[in-house]
Formats: sequence, C-alpha cells, structure tokens
Amino acid sequence: MTAATKTSRIGFSMQKRIRNTLTYLVMAALAIFFLFPIVFMFVSSIKNNETQVMSDMSSLYAFIPRGDLGFVNFTDVFGRMEFGKLLFNSTLIMLVTVLSGLLVNSLIAYSLARLRFKGRNFLLGVIVALMIVPFEAVAVPLLLLVNHLPWFGGATTWLDSYHVQIIPFVADAFSIFLFYQFFINIPKDLEEAALVDGAGLLRIYWNIVLPLSRPIFATVAILQALASWNRFMWPLMVTRGVDARPLTVGMQTFFGQDPRIWGDLMAFASMITIPVLIVFLLFQKWFVQSVASTGIKG
Amino acid sequence: MAVTLPGNKRPISGRTNEAFLAWLFSAPAIILLIVFLVVPFIMAIVLGFTNQRLVPNLNLPTQIIGFRNFTRLISDEAFLRGLLNNFYFVIVVVPIQTSLALLLAILVNQKLRGMNFFRTIYFGPVVTSMVVVAIVWTFLYNPDAGMINAFLKTVSFGAIGNINWLKDTRLVFPAIMVLSIWQGVGFQMVIYLAGLQEIPSDLYEAGEVDGANKFQQFFYITLPQLRNTTIFVVISTTILAFKLFDQVKVMTDGGPQNASMTTMLYVINQGWGQLKVGYAAAISVVFFLIVLMVSLIQRRFLREERQVQ
Repeated sequence: MTAATKTSRIGFSMQKRIRNTLTYLVMAALAIFFLFPIVFMFVSSIKNNETQVMSDMSSLYAFIPRGDLGFVNFTDVFGRMEFGKLLFNSTLIMLVTVLSGLLVNSLIAYSLARLRFKGRNFLLGVIVALMIVPFEAVAVPLLLLVNHLPWFGGATTWLDSYHVQIIPFVADAFSIFLFYQFFINIPKDLEEAALVDGAGLLRIYWNIVLPLSRPIFATVAILQALASWNRFMWPLMVTRGVDARPLTVGMQTFFGQDPRIWGDLMAFASMITIPVLIVFLLFQKWFVQSVASTGIKG
Repeated sequence: MAVTLPGNKRPISGRTNEAFLAWLFSAPAIILLIVFLVVPFIMAIVLGFTNQRLVPNLNLPTQIIGFRNFTRLISDEAFLRGLLNNFYFVIVVVPIQTSLALLLAILVNQKLRGMNFFRTIYFGPVVTSMVVVAIVWTFLYNPDAGMINAFLKTVSFGAIGNINWLKDTRLVFPAIMVLSIWQGVGFQMVIYLAGLQEIPSDLYEAGEVDGANKFQQFFYITLPQLRNTTIFVVISTTILAFKLFDQVKVMTDGGPQNASMTTMLYVINQGWGQLKVGYAAAISVVFFLIVLMVSLIQRRFLREERQVQ
C-alpha cells in the first residue's frame, strides 16, 4: 500500500466521520423540536407549585424537574373532574369499536375476496367509492338522525350514549379495503384443501384465514384504536354530560374551566398521552407498518 | 377467484349457498354503511335545500327553500373566511409538511446506528391526541412569558417578544399551522420511508457507476421513483387540511374575528352550535365537492402514470 492511498483512505474516513457527525447533529436538533412539547408537558405536570410552573416556562427550567415535585396536579385532576369515568368511557368505546370493527369489516372483505356471488364487483366498487366520503361531510345530518333514533329500553334518542360513539364507526370502507387487499394476496391452496375436506366456509375463515391474517388485523386494529381514542368532533356533538363523554372532550371542558391551572392541565394531558405512548413504544413496529400500509406502493 | 375447484363434485346448490353466505357475511357492514354513511350523505344533499333545524320548531315547520342556503353562502363572510383559510393552510402547510416528511424519511433511512430511536421520536406526536397537542401548544404560545416568546426574545436579543399569538388576527392561523405540522409530519414520514425502501438499490449502484453524486442521485433516482408516494402524500395532506377542526375548536374557536375560522368548524358551529342543520348541510355539500375534486385529481394523476408504464 502506498503512502498516498493510505492518506486518501484516512481522508475519506475522516470525511465520512464529519458527515456522520453533521447528520447526527441535524437529527438531534429535529429530535429536540419533536420532543420539547411532550417533555415540557410531563415535567410541568409533576411540579406541585403552579407559580413555579409559570415562572419556569420561559427558560430551560421548563424541562428540568426541580423544586416541589410530586403528584398534586394529578390528584387535583381527580378532584376537579370525574377523570376515572372519562378514562373508562374512552377505553370501553375504543375496545368495542375496534373488536366489532375487525369482525364486521373482515367478514365482508373475505366475501369480496373469496366468494363468488352476483353483484360482487358492484359491491366492491361501492366500497371503494365510499372511501372518498369523509365522515366530516355527514356529521351534521347524522347528528339529526341519531337525535331521533330509538334504542332498547324505550330511549328515543342516541345522544349521551356509548353506542352513538361506537356504531357509526364500526363499518369502515377503508378498513374493508385494507382487509380485501390482504385477503386476495393469500394463496388459496389451503382453503381449497380444507374445502375438499368438507370444512364449512365459516370454519375456513376462522381456522385458516384468521391465523394467516394477523398482520392485517393488527394494522386495522391500531388505526381504528388510534382514531377512536383521539376522536373529538363527534363526541363533542353527541355528549352533553360526563356519562358517556370520552377523555378528549373531557380535556377540552377542563381546559375551559376556571381557574385555568396549567399544572393540572398538563397532568390531565399526560394521563391521556401516557397509555397511548406505552402501547406505541411496545408495538412500535406494528404502528409504523400500519401507517405505511395506508400509503400506496410507489 | 372462486373457492370451488374445477371438477369439484359440489352441485349448483353449493353455489347458491356460497352466494347466500357471502351476503350474510357482508350484511352487517352493508347495513351499517347504509345507515351511517349513505343515508346521512343523501340527507346532507336534501337538507341543504331546506331550512331544517336540529330541534324542530312547531311554529316554523321545515320548508324547502331551493338554493337560498347556497346563495347565502356566497355572501357569508365567516364561511368565505373559513374556506379561504383552508386554501391558505393547503398552500403553506402541504409543501412544508411534504418536504419535511421526505427529509425526515431520508434521514432515518440511512444505515447508521440509532435510526429506530430517531424514527420513534419523530413519529411520537402522531399518536398524541390533537386535543392534547392543542392545549400544550396554547401553553407554549402563552403571550406573557410563554416558551415560544422567550425563545424568540433570546435568539433576537430582545427585539421580538411578548407576541400575543392566538389573539393576533395575522398570527393566529400561522401559529396553528406550526403545531399541525409538528403533529402530522411523522405520518407522512413513515409513508415516504416505505416508498424509499421500495426503490431497488441497483438503481443507485448504476447511478454511482455512472458517476452521479448524491444530489444527482436524489433528483434523478429518488424523486422520480417516489412520484406516486408524493402524489399520495400531497393529496392526503390536502384533504386533511380541509378537515381542519380539532385544534381550532380547542385553541380559538375560530377567533379572533374569524381569523382562524375553517370550513369544518363553521359547519359544526352552524349545525350543532346554532342548530341550523339545513345551512350546515349546504356547507357540508360544498366541503364534500372540494374533497371529491381533490380525490379525482389524485386518481387522474395515478392513472396517467399507469398508462405511461
């Protein structure tokens, strides 16, 4: 090896090191941009003294847990609001919406992908067309509709209920489409073999299709769960009291309550965010895959 | 396509059985979609031509009023302001959010250590509820000594500061744009990331052999290969921009003086707040037509691409 190539190789690796350092610097700066509001929220929430929260917010102290630390703001939230009830409502609405959505949407998608029946192409076309209609465009007429719908037990309106926040979101054209795309790409051999062995369609669906389709079930579940947990506009319109109200609307009401105590607000915000963040960190790969699958193949 | 194999001994009745099961499997979804999407959609169009109210007033029965809702819209300043703001949002946010998403995707797509860590951080805001984001940023925008004012004061050596972001008619909407980008860009980053990973690596190898530098590779390989991804990202961000609601409802409710009004906020404030369902339905129809147009443009672009191939 000559001296010249050696120095050029050293020069090259030097250059590479400088470039990597620069890349990391840019990425760290961006990371700070995406992290600072969340860190600020968590740190402010554990500062017991509201005066300190306010005086710290204009300096880097905002990011440093210091002074009188504890969970006073959190207990305040429970004292000022029925937080437990709100949390229960959000969780229940999310679980029922996601589970029933998985069943309903995957069943129709399975029919569209595998079964032969008259009107199949028409039905598929309608589903694809319905993907364009945003919920926002039908929100107000739907409000008029559910306002006068009967329910079991003699209720004459759907307002202030759980089902008004669940049933309209169970069937979802986009979820059907995601399932459909997945099902048509599963090899048919297994199902055909089972059919020859005399298995019924429902059994084939349950014993063969479901186990093969875990990734798409996870994808749809994550997308629906996030949408349900964070839904705000519709529950704002259909809940008038705390009975069926979810966390998002509770948070907005809390925000509007006097006195506006920022420590309490940050505690409330942290408690909405922490469960989602934990689930996200645990199933990170799945989250990223779910979002990626909403895009189209380049 | 069909489950029935050729030569299968299943008689015709098996076929009808199959169709019956198909409709049985599909029925729950079909019924729900009809009742909660198709019916309200038709209602929106019909109600748009009436003066329907949310709570019926017996003295003022609902009447068909023709195009009066739509003619009223043309001179309704709050509505026009909302619509204009949506376009303002699209023009500013879509290019910034799309390019930032691409930049982030390229950064985390490098083969360096710790990329998963950064990807997680950039994606974090996406899983945070918009209501939470809106409230935390309201705190950050605090006019007295909020963090954003304090930061600007420091970097400008005291020249800028004490800005009342959410009460200033010119600044309120840009302020909302910033947090919207902050919350949403991770989503598009992931879509771009998926697009980047689909680009065959031999294209870059060939580029390197031909002596293309990194910038040339970006402009002649990466960007063209991401064409469909970019169309998708631009269109979906545009549609999201027209749905803008949560953050303006929480932070400003459209104020001050309608400076942060949006179409969706106006629909809800008219239909739910003021109980004017007919009028809100008319605005919903306009909103839907815009979304439809944007979606059709997307399909058009994508089809052209397929024809070229």
